[in-house]
Amino acid sequence: MSGGCSSLAMLGAGQRGCVLPSKANQIVSPRLMAMGLLPGIEVKVVQVAPLGDPLEIEFRGTRLSLRKADAATVEVERLDD
Amino acid sequence: MSSPSSPQTLRVALVGNPNTGKTTLFNRLTGSRQKIGNYPGVTVEKKFGTWQYGGRTVSLVDLPGAYSLAASSPDERVALDFLTGRFEDASAPDAVICVVDASNLVRNLFLASQVADLGLPLIIALNMSDAADKAGIDVEAALLSRRLGVPVVRTVATKGEGITALEKAVNQAVDRGALMAQVPWPEAVDRAVKYLAEGLEKEGAQSLSPGELRRVLFDPGSAVLQRAEWPAASDPEPLLSASRDILAASGLQPVSAEALLRYEHLGHLTADAVRFPEKRRRTYTERLDVVLTHRVWGLSIFVAMMFFVFQSIYTWSGPFMEAIETAVGWVQELVAPALATWPALQSMVVDGLVGGVGGVIIFLPQILILFFFIALLEDTGYMARGAFLMDKLFGWCGLNGKSFVPMLSSYACAIPGILAARSIEDPRARLTTILVSPLMSCSARLPVYTLMIGAFIAPSYGAVVAGCTLFAVHFVGLIVAVPVAWTMNKFILRTRPQPFLLEMPPYRRPRLRDIFWRMWERAREFLVRAGTVIVAMTIIIWALVYFPRPADLPQRVKAEMVSVTDAETIQTKVDAAYIEQSYLARAGRTMQPIFAPAGFDWKITVGILASFPAREVIIATLGTIYGIGQDVDEESGDLRSALKEDLWRDGIREGLPVFTVPVALSIMVFFALCLQCGATVAVMAKESNWGWAIFGFVYMTAVAWLGAVLTYQVGTRWLGA
Repeated sequence: MSGGCSSLAMLGAGQRGCVLPSKANQIVSPRLMAMGLLPGIEVKVVQVAPLGDPLEIEFRGTRLSLRKADAATVEVERLDD
Repeated sequence: MSSPSSPQTLRVALVGNPNTGKTTLFNRLTGSRQKIGNYPGVTVEKKFGTWQYGGRTVSLVDLPGAYSLAASSPDERVALDFLTGRFEDASAPDAVICVVDASNLVRNLFLASQVADLGLPLIIALNMSDAADKAGIDVEAALLSRRLGVPVVRTVATKGEGITALEKAVNQAVDRGALMAQVPWPEAVDRAVKYLAEGLEKEGAQSLSPGELRRVLFDPGSAVLQRAEWPAASDPEPLLSASRDILAASGLQPVSAEALLRYEHLGHLTADAVRFPEKRRRTYTERLDVVLTHRVWGLSIFVAMMFFVFQSIYTWSGPFMEAIETAVGWVQELVAPALATWPALQSMVVDGLVGGVGGVIIFLPQILILFFFIALLEDTGYMARGAFLMDKLFGWCGLNGKSFVPMLSSYACAIPGILAARSIEDPRARLTTILVSPLMSCSARLPVYTLMIGAFIAPSYGAVVAGCTLFAVHFVGLIVAVPVAWTMNKFILRTRPQPFLLEMPPYRRPRLRDIFWRMWERAREFLVRAGTVIVAMTIIIWALVYFPRPADLPQRVKAEMVSVTDAETIQTKVDAAYIEQSYLARAGRTMQPIFAPAGFDWKITVGILASFPAREVIIATLGTIYGIGQDVDEESGDLRSALKEDLWRDGIREGLPVFTVPVALSIMVFFALCLQCGATVAVMAKESNWGWAIFGFVYMTAVAWLGAVLTYQVGTRWLGA
């Protein structure tokens, strides 16, 4: 595994990542995929809620709040700013 | 003009993602010609309306907002059932209007492409075009329409732009059967669909359309399969997994195949029809969010806003509620003389019917005020921020960030609070919120607290302790709500929890017109749907208190009171005697042993039983039982001294006072936790189902009894009897 590989939940506020293809046995929320969070898409963590959870993320012009537990199912390659 | 063969009445469905202005567009299209109902068996609102165009009557159904037809929530399932014509009247709509947010075209078209897959003529309403223009996003409607193969109409629903063009497009789309360009499915998908179709045929199940079969293929646990009437004896799972293996064998992951293929297809179709600005400008939403979701300012503003909302519900509704009470009293006085010759009928109409109707409309001011704020919070986009800020606080015990508003509102009154739970999309979190909201200490509990504290706490311990007791008793319900919610989620609610995905829409200027629509809709629904049940319950309880009416009872009372000549005093005693032998009092005597461990005598038990339809009744009931008359309030000195002077007439405590500090505390805890409100039970039933309403009633009564017993037992040991 390369150093730039992590889950969406591990990105800090302002960091970007590129969604990696999910592994066969991994359950990424079908709803997230229906909203267009698919492999190859760039996603940014806009901010973390004041109490530490959930995250606000942005992709394809959509801003979405989701919990870290759900974000952990999305694997991303960290992008440099 | 419509061709002679085309139908004169069209059935059209309105679909779209949440936050696309779908409801506003629906209101613009149908005006006041709307009706609201519920889909059978589910708590999903069904809204329909009509318009006339080109000699046709178009009847429009507003389907719940959804991102996909994957049917994982009740809302999505309703949408899918309706679109596939498997619902009630069993015919698919003639056309579908898909509302899309012009600023976020591709994601919104995902749903449109799923709808198109079901073989339905489609019209795209490119809504909020003005906002897209402002953001520098340029959508070429004509080109997009050519690429997609269906009409694309620019609309700005809030300003009423593009409405006539949309009506015209609907007519045309139906006449020419406008179908949207299909995804070029890879050969493996077609093979898997064919395999599924053959499998269904072999099992003797109903055949499904290719579009429906694709839903079965792509959605694990799809509701579509149930409609194929798969024979109960065999398991469809082997067939399903075999069909998904066909996809996997050609390198397509079954869970992601649909999304990947559709997005790729839509990307190609829209590529040259949409232009994004070269350099993205920092939007005012981003600038506002810096403050409104800030860890200090954001939270402070949220708390201040919620406090303001709560205060407004509490204080603004006061004069209106008093006016309603006065009006009800006035009607009762007006009606009473007309029925004087039939005392039973008079009492039923005055106390049962008029009182019951009054008991329904008394909630209107609070409902209207709360829904004004909720509509405002939702339409501006702030609600999503509030949920974002609060989610951590509520999420761990199965509620979510949106539970905050319903629970806070329930401190004023659980009825608007439970209605407010509709804004929670996740059905499980919604149900949990509905079940714990009535534990919040509503304003109707206040008279009981005031009476008990005023009579027993303040005189012995002083004003400071009295104030602290009043404050503490407001937290009893909240403290109990947390473990209750946690337990329900852990052990009772079996549905799959949904991920908490909440779109953070851009901040928008609210339209008063839409806000008033929503207030009116909620109020009308409450009156019609919950109101009938509330009136019925009031009449039943009235009967239990009123009957039986032995004819000789007044004589017997008068015979005992020969020295008293004051007619009013005699009447009060007669009333007390009637209630003492009523069916409800008999039940109270029978049930008193159950409440004995909580320190309640039979009178308190009757008071508690009588206040199950409405807890505030306790004061008037105690007034009647203690022979002071009905017109007492919690500040009444007569009632306070009557309670203090009451002694046990038999048993081991004979001669000791009935009311002690532990008894007073025990009564307060019981009232804090018990679901003594018929209106709330009715609303819970309407917002979930009767099963859950009864469950809520039972668990709260059990918890209240437990809390009261614990308070009394610990209290007597600690403070002495």
